[in-house]
Amino acid sequence: MSAVQNLSRRDFLKHTGVTGAVVLGAQIVPNPMIAAVRAQGAGDSVRPNLFVAIAGDGAVTITCSRSEMGQGVRTGIPMILADELEADWQRVRIWQAPGDETKYDPAGKDGQNTDGSRSTRHHLDVMRELGAAGRYVLEQAAARKWGVDAGEVYAKDHRLYHTGSGRSFDFGEVVDAAADVEVPSGAAAPKLKDPSQWKYIGRDLPVVDNYDMSTGGAVFGADVTIPGMKIAVVARSPVYRGKVKSFDAAAALEVQGVEQVVEIPALADDKPAEFRALGGVAVVGTNTWSVMEGRRRLRIEWDPGPHAAHDSSTYDDALRASARQGGEVVRNRGDADAALADADRVLEAEYFVPYFIHTPMEPPAAIVDANATPVRVIAATQSPNETRQYVAEALGIEKSGVHCEVTLLGGGFGRKSKPDFACEAAILSKMVGAPVRVQWTREDEIRNGYYHTASAHHLKAGLDASGKVVAWRHSGAWPSILGLWNPAQKHGFGIEYGLGLVDTPYNEVPNIRIENGAADVMIRVGWYRAVNNIQHAFAMNCFTHELAEAAGRDHLDLLLEMIGEAEVMDLSKDGVAEYWNYGDPVEEWPIMPNRLSNVLRTVAAKSGYGKALPKGHGLGLAVHRAFHSYVATAVHVVVRDDGSLHVPQVDTAIDCGRYVNPEGVRKQVEGAAIYGNTVARFGKITTAKGAVVQSNFHDYPITRMNDAPLDVRVHLVEDFVHLRPCGVGEPGVPPYAPALVNAIHQATGKRIRSLPIGDQLTSA
Amino acid sequence: MVSVRINGVSRQFHGDPAMPLLWYVRDELGLTGSKFGCGMALCGACTMHVDGEAVRACVTPVSFAEGKEITTIEGLDPEGNHPVQRAWRAHNVPQCGYCQSGQIMSAAALLNRNPDPSDEEILSGMAGNICRCGTYQRIFAAVRTAAQEV
Repeated sequence: MSAVQNLSRRDFLKHTGVTGAVVLGAQIVPNPMIAAVRAQGAGDSVRPNLFVAIAGDGAVTITCSRSEMGQGVRTGIPMILADELEADWQRVRIWQAPGDETKYDPAGKDGQNTDGSRSTRHHLDVMRELGAAGRYVLEQAAARKWGVDAGEVYAKDHRLYHTGSGRSFDFGEVVDAAADVEVPSGAAAPKLKDPSQWKYIGRDLPVVDNYDMSTGGAVFGADVTIPGMKIAVVARSPVYRGKVKSFDAAAALEVQGVEQVVEIPALADDKPAEFRALGGVAVVGTNTWSVMEGRRRLRIEWDPGPHAAHDSSTYDDALRASARQGGEVVRNRGDADAALADADRVLEAEYFVPYFIHTPMEPPAAIVDANATPVRVIAATQSPNETRQYVAEALGIEKSGVHCEVTLLGGGFGRKSKPDFACEAAILSKMVGAPVRVQWTREDEIRNGYYHTASAHHLKAGLDASGKVVAWRHSGAWPSILGLWNPAQKHGFGIEYGLGLVDTPYNEVPNIRIENGAADVMIRVGWYRAVNNIQHAFAMNCFTHELAEAAGRDHLDLLLEMIGEAEVMDLSKDGVAEYWNYGDPVEEWPIMPNRLSNVLRTVAAKSGYGKALPKGHGLGLAVHRAFHSYVATAVHVVVRDDGSLHVPQVDTAIDCGRYVNPEGVRKQVEGAAIYGNTVARFGKITTAKGAVVQSNFHDYPITRMNDAPLDVRVHLVEDFVHLRPCGVGEPGVPPYAPALVNAIHQATGKRIRSLPIGDQLTSA
Repeated sequence: MVSVRINGVSRQFHGDPAMPLLWYVRDELGLTGSKFGCGMALCGACTMHVDGEAVRACVTPVSFAEGKEITTIEGLDPEGNHPVQRAWRAHNVPQCGYCQSGQIMSAAALLNRNPDPSDEEILSGMAGNICRCGTYQRIFAAVRTAAQEV
């Protein structure tokens, strides 16, 4: 909830460097406080946020309150405001907000946590309101200066025009008269532009950081140095929650540039991991290489603790057994068992997707001065306010005592929502009495991360005599993200179920049962780009392909028949308790099978699906709804005689409702194909005696240019563009792997049921 | 002591000559355009030019650069307008941007020694640089565009 205010005369502006300018803010308060604040007339006791400032020279500064990690948010969100303001984008600069949800969370929905592909869908409305309010203030100011009725004034392209006389002002020329203009609210609130008048929303814009990113000038977490700062790397237990028994730092201390070796105490056993520092031995010095060399020379004896039992050789089979057994029923429509008993044919298959790790190109890095007041944090973080919260806890102070500045993120993918690395820097800064930058290495990132969960899936379906699917059962087992808060967690929870599982879109199948088997959490499981949608989309799209083959039918036809054309799929009728729906109301973002079928038909047509292909070629399809968006992908594969493969073309159709920057959407979807290619072909984290086996890009390979699909064609489906905006950063990922695997089946007759593909095509 | 020239400026380094160039340049000189991604010459984020050739600075000791001319992304072009940089912007290549310095330095070195690369030569010339955001399609197109200008 927000009410736009003109803040130009507020005292606190003195601290923001924007005095002498017109400043618009949205007043944000926690929902329960809204009534009280309105009754007070929105007094100074609630500090408003700042989203746009117009200076005397006409320069417009727009606040970005979201973290930029490659999704283009520093362009996409401000361009909404600039559009409604009628600003000239060339005269706009972006100011990156620090963490403060009382000021910089205008939608009041996610506390500035840039996650869940939700920036656009949560900010389109409020950014428009803020922009329109700015335009209103400027128009009123111009009217005052001219002594005319404000109805005769309009803003266009950074100027204000008087209709009667043809006179005009630049935005900057009315700033002096704008500071006292009140912004009306409610029915009298400034009118939003009609979408037909938009000049930026819906148009391609390059990202604002393009120049800096091409010249080395873009500033990421590890690029910041503050006076007196030390650099640290931390040796962490190879086994989750293992502890230091003893260590010998003598050799480390001999390295030039190493100053201190200190132990970060192990997190107390009764405290769940969450985003906390787990402990370890830190080498602190003046140069990153020196401290890395020092760390190499440490001799540490670890007590691995109970998680040493976590070994992929046994753990993966336990997940498979649990998936077969099932357990908690999370969706139930009709009577799947009876329908299976009556079916003409019954098929079953098992799928497995291993642990992954994020590998953003920038490993985590954070700088903390814990001895300053307030404590200063500078971090590549997706979630500055949770960073403040956990840093404060680590230091035993209040969250309000921690200030967090956000740098650019060299990739995030969910890893940088978890501020454990900032907690380490905070603890070390306190211990050594100086600001500290903690630098994670690639090995740290791969071996001590928050892993995309491993999962096993048992699917069973019944076909009638005509080849129609009459029963669908899916049982999955995986260690839950909730284990971060409750180490004894055995099952998934609503958010995980809502990531493409209970919302299985086969709305025309009369009997559906979905279950979740138990699994022990033995490592930090966290969210990763697209989260559980990856394995759910994989299992469902591959299994429907198997069903089509068994029925002698075309995969596209079968999918369209199963999904259907209903405008809404109502899960409340299928016994789904509290469907999560990505945190949004189903009234505004319903599950729409017709949109799923629409993108599927679109991609089939665009990709030439169904045409005869040469030997060794295949074209596979997959379709999935994630983060409210509807995405279908067609992957064309060529499998050579030696089993090596090449992907000459990928087509992806995305219906993300109302979109802001189509160039940004295309880039995300192109990148998602390559992210998906890594998932499909290479991604695999395993453990042995509790320790992660992989360590760097030689044994945890990432798609390189010579393995990458380089002709990814993005088809932005406009049929539902009038509906609410949906997520874009993540939804492109899930359909790629199943589409590729289905294509491989067409090319070779081989079924891949476990990811990654790895050497499954080349080994005998 | 090791004497090097970095972006046209002569420097004397008095530290451990085994220190990788990356950490000398980043931590001692404060030139942060070259990035740390892997420390094992596997990702290319740290790519610099030593006498015009692309090297992975995370594994190249300062001693290797004795008497040589080092160019980092900051020194590629005084205005940031090297043909590769212009092509990068024209194709809107970057997403997060972190790997892009290394990608641009690899592309510039590739075109320096082979101004008219074949598709295969672009792939092999750029395969040492990882982009996790997946901008390869645009990198490929940008290298093609830049090749027309160099």
